[in-house]
Amino acid sequence: MSEKYGKTNKGQLFLRCMMKNKRVFDTKVQYLKYKVLREVARRAWDDTLLESLLDIPKTIVPGKTPSMRCCVYKERAILAERVKLAMGIGKSEQSIIEVIDIACDECPAAGYEVTDSCRGCLAHRCEDVCPRGAISFGHDHRAHIDKSKCVECGRCSKVCPYSAIVNRKRPCQNACKVKAITINEEQTAAIDRDKCISCGACVYQCPFGAITDKSFILDVIDLIKKSRENGSRIYAVVAPSISSQFTYAKLGQVVSGLKQLGFHAVVEAALGADMVALEESKELAEKDFLTSSCCPAFVAYIKSAFPELEEHISHNPSPMAALAKYIKDTHENAKIVFIGPCTAKKAEIQRKEVRPYVDAVLTFEELQALFDSRDIELTSLEEDVLDNASYFGRIFARSGGLSDAVAEAVAEQGLVPEVNPSVCSGIEECRTALMKKKRGVLAENFIEGMACTGGCIGGAGCLTHEEKNKSQVDSYGREALEKTISEAVAILNLK
Amino acid sequence: MTVVQICVGSSCHLKGSEELVKRIEAEIAAHGLEDEVLITGGFCLGKCNREGVTVKVDEDVFTGVTEQNFSEFFKERVLSKAKAGI
Repeated sequence: MSEKYGKTNKGQLFLRCMMKNKRVFDTKVQYLKYKVLREVARRAWDDTLLESLLDIPKTIVPGKTPSMRCCVYKERAILAERVKLAMGIGKSEQSIIEVIDIACDECPAAGYEVTDSCRGCLAHRCEDVCPRGAISFGHDHRAHIDKSKCVECGRCSKVCPYSAIVNRKRPCQNACKVKAITINEEQTAAIDRDKCISCGACVYQCPFGAITDKSFILDVIDLIKKSRENGSRIYAVVAPSISSQFTYAKLGQVVSGLKQLGFHAVVEAALGADMVALEESKELAEKDFLTSSCCPAFVAYIKSAFPELEEHISHNPSPMAALAKYIKDTHENAKIVFIGPCTAKKAEIQRKEVRPYVDAVLTFEELQALFDSRDIELTSLEEDVLDNASYFGRIFARSGGLSDAVAEAVAEQGLVPEVNPSVCSGIEECRTALMKKKRGVLAENFIEGMACTGGCIGGAGCLTHEEKNKSQVDSYGREALEKTISEAVAILNLK
Repeated sequence: MTVVQICVGSSCHLKGSEELVKRIEAEIAAHGLEDEVLITGGFCLGKCNREGVTVKVDEDVFTGVTEQNFSEFFKERVLSKAKAGI
């Protein structure tokens, strides 16, 4: 990978990781994370990780001039923590999303505050609109908010003609719609394990990269190395959202790259999605109401926040688990690595019903690091083929796709009743639908719950999150040779 | 019991494994061997990028099974084995 550095007009070091002028990552935080993963992976391949572990921070931040923090020593101390997480070592074995305490910048979190932009006007719209009488004026005529009365409704902020009232909230807390992030006595972000659904929204949103997902890249390298000796075969099960990633290369080249890394075969998780759509439509016909079970963060959310609705969660495994089980049942010595956009999948494979089938989970970010740790240039590779699933299995990657697929499966099998889906993109919409169901006022008979906004293409482990990703998933879907779900799955019903 | 595993991985799939499955199923039914032969699918038997589809009959892997050589393949590799099992 070539790295190009340019200077902005402010003279700051402006860094973009470029490849043929196409962006690989959205943010510098992702790029930093990637560099750590790549260094860890490189050393793991050569079996030199243990002796050179402590050199990694200095390799990434050489010299004496800091570029991110107050001094290079703090930068390196944080990198040492990143190295641990890249190696899968965290505070506890189960946790996937972790706060790097020393990296947290302790952002202001005071809520609504009046800034210097307040001109002390006469109109006092803020005072009039405040339902709690929390706004008063001092000798300088400027507004003041009484925090003991303020309920954070935000109306004052909306009416101020000078935009002088701002809401100071931490980006991590803003991102965490399940309210699992609190601030501890040291002013550092802390994650409530009982509420966290491992969706990774905070990981992607923290501007300081202080929250990160634990990596299992070493497990994957270990599986590949062992496969050379013990004859096991490693299957890469790739999520359909891959069609919107690695866009600097062709999808067929990504498949070749995976095989060059040592994967025996690459199979589309979308085929698992076809299998699930078929089963889920039957389950819906049996029961009157169902919530989808594909998104592990959504499933975790129902279990923690709406335990009374747990019985409605589809009993079908996720597409990843369904396909992994099929492969392991029909192939001896198979090992499964799921590669996708999702941090919650890392938590899903810890569940006892999934653990036997999936050996490790990688994100697209981690896969990029893995390719580069072996200096695999995707753009120079031959194009291999990837074709297992139908259009409907493939569009699971974006919001609404799962519902379309279940509706198609219902139609293909002539089942009743028809699917009337409530398509929820992002955990806030999921909460609204679940709340309605709890109160018995939900009109729909199926909740498609996706914790990430936009569906899997909005996942925290994606390299990029762009508007066009959805259309890329759709066009990848249309390329499928199988036009119906039954056609795609027919091949599996051999046994 | 003879186990016939037909590769349905991307590469073989594009070369017509689905057609092959239908033909084998038809042949087996025609010979009344449903109880002797088990047909299963498999993802990649590691012989990609050659002509035709890869098929594993018990422990033997055959590659390059096409429309043209199917009858010969079935007779020699599957039928003989299945009949020997009876």
